[in-house]
Amino acid sequence: MVHLSTIPAKDEVNKLAEGLKKAHLQLVNDADSFTTTVYGSRFAAQDLPRHEMPEGEMPKEVAYRMIKDELSLDNNPMLNLASFVTTYMEEEAEKLMAESFSKNFIDYEEYPQSADIQNRCVSMIGRLFNAPVGTDETAGAVGTSCVGSSEAIMLGVLAMKKRWKNKRVAEGKSCENPNIVMSSAVQVCWEKATRYFEIEEKFVYCTEERYVIDPEETVALVDENTIGICCILGTTYTGEYEDIKAVNDLLSKKGLSTPIHVDAASGGFVAPFVVPDLEWDFRLDHVVSINVSGHKYGLVYPGVGWVVWRSAEYLPQELVFNINYLGADQASFTLNFSKGASQVIGQYYQLIRLGKHGYKAIMSNLTRTADYLSDSLEALGFIIMSKKSGEGLPLVAFRLPPQEDRNYDEFAVAHQLRARGWVVPAYTMAPNTENLKMLRVVVREDFTKSRCDSLIADIKLSQHLLEQMDQDSIKKQQEFINKHHTASGKATHNHPKYRREKHSLQGKTGKTHAIC
Amino acid sequence: MSLSRHVDPEDIIHHLQDLRIPAQSSYSSTGQTSHLTPFSHPYASQRDIPRYQIPADGAPGDTVYEMLKDELDLDGRPNLNLASFVDTYLEDNAQKLMAENMGKNLADNDEYPAMLSISNRCVSILAHLWGVQKRKQKETEGGAAQKDDKAVGSPTVGSSEAIHLGGLAMKRRWQERRRAAGKDTLKPNIVMGANAQVALLKFARYFEVEERVLPVSEKSKFCLDPELVRESVDENTIGVFVILGSTYTGHYEPVEAVSEILDEYQEKTGVDIPIHVDAASGGFVVPFSHAGTGGWKWNFELPRVVSINASGHKYGLVTAGVGWIVWRDESCLPKDLIFELHYLGGTEESYTLNFSRPGAQVIVQYYNLIHLGFSGYREVMENCLANARILSQSLEATGWYTCVSDIHRRRSPTTITTPLPNEVHTETSASYAAGLPVVAFRLTDEFRREYPHIKQQTISLLLRARQWIIPNYALPPGENGTEILRVVVRVSMSFDLLDRLVTDIVQVTETLMDKDEVDLSVLREQHRKGWPVVGKGKGKGEKKKEEAEREGEGKMQDGIHRSVC
Repeated sequence: MVHLSTIPAKDEVNKLAEGLKKAHLQLVNDADSFTTTVYGSRFAAQDLPRHEMPEGEMPKEVAYRMIKDELSLDNNPMLNLASFVTTYMEEEAEKLMAESFSKNFIDYEEYPQSADIQNRCVSMIGRLFNAPVGTDETAGAVGTSCVGSSEAIMLGVLAMKKRWKNKRVAEGKSCENPNIVMSSAVQVCWEKATRYFEIEEKFVYCTEERYVIDPEETVALVDENTIGICCILGTTYTGEYEDIKAVNDLLSKKGLSTPIHVDAASGGFVAPFVVPDLEWDFRLDHVVSINVSGHKYGLVYPGVGWVVWRSAEYLPQELVFNINYLGADQASFTLNFSKGASQVIGQYYQLIRLGKHGYKAIMSNLTRTADYLSDSLEALGFIIMSKKSGEGLPLVAFRLPPQEDRNYDEFAVAHQLRARGWVVPAYTMAPNTENLKMLRVVVREDFTKSRCDSLIADIKLSQHLLEQMDQDSIKKQQEFINKHHTASGKATHNHPKYRREKHSLQGKTGKTHAIC
Repeated sequence: MSLSRHVDPEDIIHHLQDLRIPAQSSYSSTGQTSHLTPFSHPYASQRDIPRYQIPADGAPGDTVYEMLKDELDLDGRPNLNLASFVDTYLEDNAQKLMAENMGKNLADNDEYPAMLSISNRCVSILAHLWGVQKRKQKETEGGAAQKDDKAVGSPTVGSSEAIHLGGLAMKRRWQERRRAAGKDTLKPNIVMGANAQVALLKFARYFEVEERVLPVSEKSKFCLDPELVRESVDENTIGVFVILGSTYTGHYEPVEAVSEILDEYQEKTGVDIPIHVDAASGGFVVPFSHAGTGGWKWNFELPRVVSINASGHKYGLVTAGVGWIVWRDESCLPKDLIFELHYLGGTEESYTLNFSRPGAQVIVQYYNLIHLGFSGYREVMENCLANARILSQSLEATGWYTCVSDIHRRRSPTTITTPLPNEVHTETSASYAAGLPVVAFRLTDEFRREYPHIKQQTISLLLRARQWIIPNYALPPGENGTEILRVVVRVSMSFDLLDRLVTDIVQVTETLMDKDEVDLSVLREQHRKGWPVVGKGKGKGEKKKEEAEREGEGKMQDGIHRSVC
């Protein structure tokens, strides 16, 4: 049915009642003062609320601008050579991700397509790691997306612990003292995982010449209470790949069934493209699970990691919760629940946008740049601690040559570079190599050769400057930079109670946790 | 009706793929195609978009963008999803802030100091909102010279992480106490109601704490029964999870009553059992709404409450990916759980399960807190509650439905607080029972007697066809004979939309009443097949519970969790 309607004449629109016509008031309401710009408003002259919620509202433009301006104090991600985490994505990917902000990833029923995209990513990544595929119930890899490698590692550890426990219970043996074997160069989340899930940590210590685990020593540490071995594909200090094949073969030789979890947080998206022949993944029998960070060399913004198990058998059923929702059942094994779907969509975009060829092209470029930087630094007199030409991650770890009469150390160089805007971190190496200090440059996607050149120039400059200074002035200047140029030096948020903890590797030995 | 053969859709697709024209030579496999539009690429018509294996070669950015964008159109409409508490609306400015800060890593404190400072402010604001300050003042007024509490807190990815952290801290403190007393630490347990969200159970399972799940009853308003708490705690209880805002019916669990019972218990036995308040949904509703909790205390004003968590992405009005946890005092957070990260001479302390993660949500949380202010949040919560009341009343007015939630029921006159002078003319939630803006309803008994063949599940299914997502599920163990339909009223549920929803529910019910049993059996068949099956067979071990799915009526004791938050 069509409604007929008349179009009102001009004088009929906004027709006022007879009596109101003359009483048309012309008052100005002073309370509503409009300003020309955000900076003309009273909010620009006030403190932003910091500790308590304001009673009244703030116009949205003002709130936006104030926060945006506040955030301009953050550093320039381009000059941050400390972090592996992606800071560049294509515009199309950004658009796609921005459109998906409001999607809740775990809401499978509402966003089935996003869930399907996760499954595709798991499948692609699993195949990239040569995971066994199969259709029946026992064969075939399973995997899930996580917020990052930390969550992925905790899930991996939980699964190993539960399997070990189930086995011990079945054998009628005690399951009170589980332990895990790992390198002392592990990322802090491994220490967290063991602490939070109450597992004893057995460290394989590094030496001054060897920054990765020694396979012999590692396997020697295994006992009946060992839930598994952690091997790192690309340590955060020197980027070196641990010899996972050797560990695997030794285990086989000794007839042990200890599982291996590969922490490929950084290396998982590098090794398959740069050194495809390196055997580190599911091609090795003992590897039961692998984690990888999508937000590192997976080239996605922070918030996505992946973990893949060889088959459902390695993921004890007790740990999997089923969530039924409007008829659709989903198995869930996560520590987080609601989270954004953007990053998973971003990961799928990168995987199909770049393809193997695209990833290979990027990783090859990064390897080239890293080699170039290594060579240049060697020419400047530094000792290179990282591997070259694809034998490790595209990062350069270097230190000053041993020299008695030098007044400055690696930390001084780092501070000097900081004043120039570069964030090049200095670390104290893992325990037993205590006195070894080092600097590390992570070569990320957006670190081109020309930027590499300016970094080299600046390193040379700061070295010169430091050589000309005496010990006192170096010390003073360092204090100054530490106080005024670094954020953590200025930080006031650290709780005094938790300062100088003594329970972690760092607290005990002074090892610095490398940022990842 | 004509006879038809069974059609297997998989078969057709398979057949179609065989028919597909082989990639022509003009499209070289290296992807160098003429690129007029995003759709002039083999992915547009001849080649499958890669699903299970990373393709050898890439594709242009705009093509991939269009393909994925179009594919994502198949996702539901966030605004019509009435099943979820998670916020789906962002103001333009907030959206802009999100997009600008998408690449920032919350864990990289040295690189993003401004973001870190914003996160600290949020923790501080929330701690105050939840009564940290208040207690301090009171004690000084009372003359009790207790030391000041120093609240500590942290942003998390969501309430799940927050609950794990809160629970772990309680477990560790319990272990420390036991060890100090020279007792064993083998059998920790934790007490919670059967209406607990799956994250609480996950905590118990993953951190090896025995879960003592107490059944719910109509008397306890389908949530934790304080009387049962008394019988279930012992010296091995690390704490009690009290949920402020049950996800099933929106009732608040009586924190103060539980606290009093635990006080009594401590007097009798000397065992001090802390409370963690899971205020995932209620943490941003209770402080702002006029109704509050309905008159009792729930936050840090109760000394027994050691930690509170809330989801920023629920009524905190941020999109998915942010939660908060605050401990009343640093002593509630054992030192050996904290890891220090040294970095360029500075130090960071960390107690999280996740490390690198996006920080944009934290920024938007701060934007909301200062943009809306107290009065802005109050307005939003009051609107949500008012809309939820209208929906409840309309549903009950039909005579077919009755509400299990109580927010539309007037409080007994004696408890009505006098409205503030400037609010005389508007009715606020204070005149009604307190609860989350959630409407849980079911068919009345009379209706079920009259139309025994109409299943509630079918109503949910038919509404789905009109794009509304309203889940139907059984109440938690103890009351799981009752099924409810649940609508969560979020900020983006406008009055107009509400009107449509009521109309649609009424129309759907009327349609069903007109049909006889034979017609409806078709629908049930449809449902049994599993409505939209997600990620068929490729998901994580779906086979395990496929049987339960076929039953269609998974219950929590079978390990099937039905409510999503």
